[in-house]
Amino acid sequence: MENLLSIEKSKPGRRGVRFEQAKKHDYLPQDCLRTSAPKLPEMSEFDTVRHFTRLSQENYSLDGEFYPLGSCTMKYNPKAYDVLSVLEPFTHAHPFAPESAVQGTLQIMYELQELLKEITGLAAFTLQPAAGAHGELTGILTVRAYHDAHKNSSRCEVIVPDTAHGTNPATANMAGYTVVNIKSAADGCVDKAALQAALSDKTAAVMLTVPNTVGLFEKDIREIADMVHKAGALLYMDGANFNALIGLAKPADFGVDVMHLNLHKTFAAPHGGGGPGSGPVGAAKHVAPFLPKPIVEKKGEVYTLHGKMPQSLGKMKAFYGNIAVVLRGYCYLRQFDAATLKNIAEKAILNANYVRAKLKGKFNAFFDVNCMHECVLSIDPHKMNGVHTADVAKRLLDYGFYAPTIYFPLIVPEALMIEPTETESKEMLDAFVGALEKIYDEIFANPQLVHDAPHTQPVSRIDEVAAARQPNLRW
Amino acid sequence: MPGEFNNTMFTPHTKQDEQEMLDVIGVSSVKELLNKIPADLLYPNYNLPAALTEQNLTAHMHALAAKNKPLKNFIGAGMYRHFIPAAVPALSGRGEFLTAYTPYQAEASQGTLQTIYEFQSCMCALFDMDVATASHYDGATALAEAVLACVRVTGRNEVLIPAALHPHYKEVLKTYLRHAKDVQLTEVKFAAQGTLDANDLTEKLSDKTACFVLSQPNFLGALEDAQKVSALVHKQGALLVAQVNPLSLGLLQTPGSYEADFAVAEGQPLGNPVSFGGPGLGIMTAKKAYMRQLPGRIVGVAKDKNGQRAFVLTLQAREQHIRREKAASNICSNEAICALNAVIYLTLLGPQGLKEVAELNVERAHELAEKLSAVKGFSLKFTAPFFNEFVVTCPTNAQTVADKLAQKNIGAGYALGNSFPGMENDLLVCATELNTPQDMAAYVSALKEI
Repeated sequence: MENLLSIEKSKPGRRGVRFEQAKKHDYLPQDCLRTSAPKLPEMSEFDTVRHFTRLSQENYSLDGEFYPLGSCTMKYNPKAYDVLSVLEPFTHAHPFAPESAVQGTLQIMYELQELLKEITGLAAFTLQPAAGAHGELTGILTVRAYHDAHKNSSRCEVIVPDTAHGTNPATANMAGYTVVNIKSAADGCVDKAALQAALSDKTAAVMLTVPNTVGLFEKDIREIADMVHKAGALLYMDGANFNALIGLAKPADFGVDVMHLNLHKTFAAPHGGGGPGSGPVGAAKHVAPFLPKPIVEKKGEVYTLHGKMPQSLGKMKAFYGNIAVVLRGYCYLRQFDAATLKNIAEKAILNANYVRAKLKGKFNAFFDVNCMHECVLSIDPHKMNGVHTADVAKRLLDYGFYAPTIYFPLIVPEALMIEPTETESKEMLDAFVGALEKIYDEIFANPQLVHDAPHTQPVSRIDEVAAARQPNLRW
Repeated sequence: MPGEFNNTMFTPHTKQDEQEMLDVIGVSSVKELLNKIPADLLYPNYNLPAALTEQNLTAHMHALAAKNKPLKNFIGAGMYRHFIPAAVPALSGRGEFLTAYTPYQAEASQGTLQTIYEFQSCMCALFDMDVATASHYDGATALAEAVLACVRVTGRNEVLIPAALHPHYKEVLKTYLRHAKDVQLTEVKFAAQGTLDANDLTEKLSDKTACFVLSQPNFLGALEDAQKVSALVHKQGALLVAQVNPLSLGLLQTPGSYEADFAVAEGQPLGNPVSFGGPGLGIMTAKKAYMRQLPGRIVGVAKDKNGQRAFVLTLQAREQHIRREKAASNICSNEAICALNAVIYLTLLGPQGLKEVAELNVERAHELAEKLSAVKGFSLKFTAPFFNEFVVTCPTNAQTVADKLAQKNIGAGYALGNSFPGMENDLLVCATELNTPQDMAAYVSALKEI
């Protein structure tokens, strides 16, 4: 049955909350006031609770289902952090409160900066970016500020491999750079010859995702870093996949100059159906002065935002970052020591390889080698009875699993990108593999069943094309 | 083996599981899977603190929370403390919402998608605009993205902003615009009454102006004559971007009514805590003509195979995962849970509740303004009408006044000298429905004692 919209349940006169009445209503001149009431729903509190509870039940979520969305690191979000990140002294702290009244929050920010420095080996971190893509923009503008300060403003290009997330080229463009795309080598890693050919005195930065989006570690990373540095450019690392490296290796040792992390991926903050995230950016010593301001400093026993950063690129958002998410990332890093972090990365890698190995023969990895934290499968519709990746993804929903990332990375035809994360058990992975094996059999026994999936969701397959042609975006 | 299994609470693998999995993969250890990582890069030393148990982490976080001091808060300046009904966090905190990802698989994400559609609808209704996006990082980045859209739409390269714009918004605009081709950012002065200097605006507007940013109320709390500004701006063929307080729209005239082309806001006042400035909620709305110029996610109504109503992410041809370097923006994750808080808040309040709380804000702020300006040496700086925030001129440096009141656990306001040279004695003060008459009395008596 179709879910009604709140506005369709609305009845004039109903309401969920009331406030004290103002005593007077004539403080403002008439021409300042709105002339008609906004068309908002009128519902009781109970109706509102039922409405949104019902809607929540129309979602697959990590708490409810295996959610192997590649490059999204859907690992368990501990309940303790839900509670500890919303303690009233934290949520009530005003960003312009006197610093003496917010020492607890500032201390956490400072300590998280320090922890992130230690696990990456970089010299400084800003917590300001609100998401991964915002972190990328921050990082590339940091690069830009660095080059500007070195009178290198003729460097107008950013090199991006064809495996990159779409945010990478979009970021470089927003930062005012021309994007130079380079093809990957046959093994899925950076083609060094192509990189060398693209590098020049116009190159400002090279953006690399490590491990890359086909789930492989860039084996030549240090050589690549040397090539980039020799050309006078900086190496930017997209840290969206850092869960594969945490506790195992430090990007600073690779030669990375600037990188972002995703607290809502690697550091167990929830994704919230699309945010808020947090995308801290780290920089090596020579680039650190150009990060956005302010960064939290410790002076004696006092934490302060009032550091001087004359070369800073400026501000990326109002105030200091998504602090509620920062608190969760801090909880995560305080709950796990170095040995545990290493175990976490290793189990993430173990899980991805286990799924890859178990599926071999029915669904094959595009690059048939050991992978890091995710494996990328490729489906050939000609050999699969005309079934496409999207069909398999939709059919997985029927078996009670969210779908992997599909049709990305672009260099893999009909890609199916699976990132189980370390928090899934062997039993869950076996059940997931079992479902894919059943789907494989269905593809040949009853392909229509797969074509028409999903069959068990609140709605069946949606016509997205028609929705874009005649947009209905509001009531 | 050190560290191998010292924390089995986060990873569920038993030793036997691990062995069976390694056997299936055909390797003898996980380390063998890491053979692409150069050996000397692997397993560096880490100097990290000891792991805390959940119980000890809880105690630790409570101890840190206790280092934050509770204030009787009269600080606004872009983030506003309001009453948040219990149902808001109770519903948005449900794991089904909180632990879902961006709704890529629409059929299994109808809950998130419908709430976003309802959010967009509520924003359009509140702002009186045609379309709204799913959300942006905060008010400042939403403003920057709207201004960039205006530059794209008009092909003009001069952007006018009010001097009385939030100082952080100015900085973010500078950052975002610096690298867009040749865009020039110019400030328009404010006049003695606290609102825009209309002559200065008229002088600076030209056929090169892409847009003017109307801040309503402006950073100094003053309400502008929006109709008049809109007419001036549109006469030059420029676009009007309104930057508003969304809670004020329960009562105040809407961006749609004064023909704003884009209207943006920091949505935090709608059901979200201040949380030391983040997460915020960037609201972006626009006239229909600019629908395909909007950055970020948008949800639309669709039909499924059986003709039943469904919701999907739509107009994706604007976005980075399709267009890559030609996308309208690089935005990907936004502030979905904050938008959910806002739509639950508005659903609970309805038009009447929102009007009531807006009126209460006006009343509390006007009562406080009267009380503070009655203290000897203190006076109201401006004469323009205001919503819930206003400027008090102090007999001495406003930061000193704020520091002294902080010792009495009163957050007196934002000292404007920090960002407006020449306004060292001016304090930006806010009152909302949360500021009780008792708190106001405490504020007044503390002022009298300095």
